[in-house]
Amino acid sequence: MSNDIAVRVDGLRKRYGNTCAVDGVELEIGRGEVFALLGPNGAGKTTTVEILEGFRRRDGGGAEVLGEDPGRAGRAWRSRIGIVLQLATAGPELTVREMVRHFAGYYPRPRDPDEVIALVGLDEQAGQRVGALSGGQARRVDVALGIVGRPELLFLDEPTTGFDPQARRQFWELVRALAAEGVTILLTTHYLEEAEALAGRLAVLAGGRVVATGTPAALGGAGRPTRVSWDTADGRRTVRTPTPTQLVADLARQAGGEVPGLTVTRPTLEDTYLELIGDPA
Amino acid sequence: MITSTQARPRAYPATAPLPSLLTTGLSRGRLEVTTFFREREAVVFIFALPAVLLLLLGSIFNSEHVSVPGVTTGQLYAAGMIAGGIMATSFQYLGISVASERDQGMLKRLYGTPLPPAAYFIGKIIQVFVCLIAEVALLMIVGVAFYHLHLPATPGKWWTLVWVCLLGGTACALLGLAASSLARSSRSASPVITLPFLVLEFISGIFVPFNSVPRGLQDVAAVFPLKWMAQGLRSVFLPPQAAALEPAHSFETGRVALVLAVWIAAGLVLCIRTFRWQQRR
Ligand SMILES: Nc1ncnc2c1ncn2[C@@H]1O[C@H](COP(=O)(O)OP(=O)(O)OP(=O)(O)O)[C@@H](O)[C@H]1O
Ligand SMILES: [Mg+2]
Repeated sequence: MSNDIAVRVDGLRKRYGNTCAVDGVELEIGRGEVFALLGPNGAGKTTTVEILEGFRRRDGGGAEVLGEDPGRAGRAWRSRIGIVLQLATAGPELTVREMVRHFAGYYPRPRDPDEVIALVGLDEQAGQRVGALSGGQARRVDVALGIVGRPELLFLDEPTTGFDPQARRQFWELVRALAAEGVTILLTTHYLEEAEALAGRLAVLAGGRVVATGTPAALGGAGRPTRVSWDTADGRRTVRTPTPTQLVADLARQAGGEVPGLTVTRPTLEDTYLELIGDPA
Repeated sequence: MITSTQARPRAYPATAPLPSLLTTGLSRGRLEVTTFFREREAVVFIFALPAVLLLLLGSIFNSEHVSVPGVTTGQLYAAGMIAGGIMATSFQYLGISVASERDQGMLKRLYGTPLPPAAYFIGKIIQVFVCLIAEVALLMIVGVAFYHLHLPATPGKWWTLVWVCLLGGTACALLGLAASSLARSSRSASPVITLPFLVLEFISGIFVPFNSVPRGLQDVAAVFPLKWMAQGLRSVFLPPQAAALEPAHSFETGRVALVLAVWIAAGLVLCIRTFRWQQRR
């Protein structure tokens, strides 16, 4: 076991009947990293994360989370991780404050419950029953319950689904602050700008396999062919090239001045992503 | 707001111990009791309904003649309804509430924390017995006030009352936990649990005096705990000559204890084999 690795997954496999939900996933997440898992619906993100959280048994491959096998780890291990599930509700009859205080009591070194409530932006709703909150506010309770135990490793499965834009920005600040404290974070999301804003590294999952890993910058632009388009007499032409400057200089020489309708676009993370998951667009 | 996440000096040592089973169990118990009395459905349909039914049945059938002198229909109903109330607060409430906790992901959320699993069950035991004692007290008050119910006259009868509540409540609570796994969703929980409970109440001498139940149905009822709980409670609240109304012309308290103990053992085995922290999908 290495102390710098928080999560190590190799050849992870999980079948449901005839479908392979996870089909040989390899991942390595260092301590203190913010790592994003992207992928279309049904890609296997939740299945992977829930195996690492100890909720589901794997059918094959290895998994090590904070140095232990998540399928066998005990209470002490659980006190070191924080979990925000994709789907969960809190007891609707209890108030936000009661709930967060109660969960704080499960952990050896909890955060101050009122501080946690403020961190997720629910100070005004602290005295309200969870059942009376809006969808996005209830989701923030999930986040509060996930971080109140002062986890070393935090799992966030689509944490910002249902957040308004301002709440999402606030949540990003929270994730950054946690990361600054040294918390390792594994996050799944459908929002590419979220992965770009938060993650140091990301992996794209499709059909239960990792189809790409890297930094958002590497996946998004640098090192990938740039698209150059311009108008010709026969219509519009588009060329993908690793050397766009050279191509534009050639075009300029041929045109003897301005190249009509010239655009040069670096692929965005979204372009790369759609390409990776096999979207024809 | 975000700056407050900077790790502020806390009094926790680096290796603070996990909270004890007792602390977390008591904390769960307080939460469960609070939740029960805040849920309108629980307070109306579980807690108040037996008292309302006792008032209705007692007044509708009060003029009916009982063949044994010194015994009134109201007394029969009061003693029976106390058994019904015990089963409502244990079997019915646990069955419905645990099914919905499972369906809504609350159990899964708890499983993901360092809460000792036993603490969850301690919480349920506390909740069941707090509600059960309150329920029995309420029904005794109604019985004494309106139906000439006599409080237990001897310490021996008080002792019978205590052990019938304890054994009956435990057996029904375990069966409720086991039955909760039969419900596939929160919405189906109420009918799935309540229907067999209502049938048992009809054939076990709760809604209809037991000596008016047809012989075949009496035999069916004798398989389940409710009939024996009601019989034990009649031995507590009715004069000795009322034993003539029993099928065996005796309250058979020894047999009551035996049947309830067997059901506790069976319920425990059923629970251990069927209890799940996650909804199967
Ligand atoms: N409990 C289950 N039983 C049967 N099939 C399952 C189960 N859980 C997941 N699957 C299947 O496994 C595949 C991966 O599902 P998973 O929930 O991991 O996807 P995801 O990437 O989290 O998707 P989303 O973005 O929609 O949350 C899907 O085809 C799904 O139908
Ligand atoms: Mg998912």
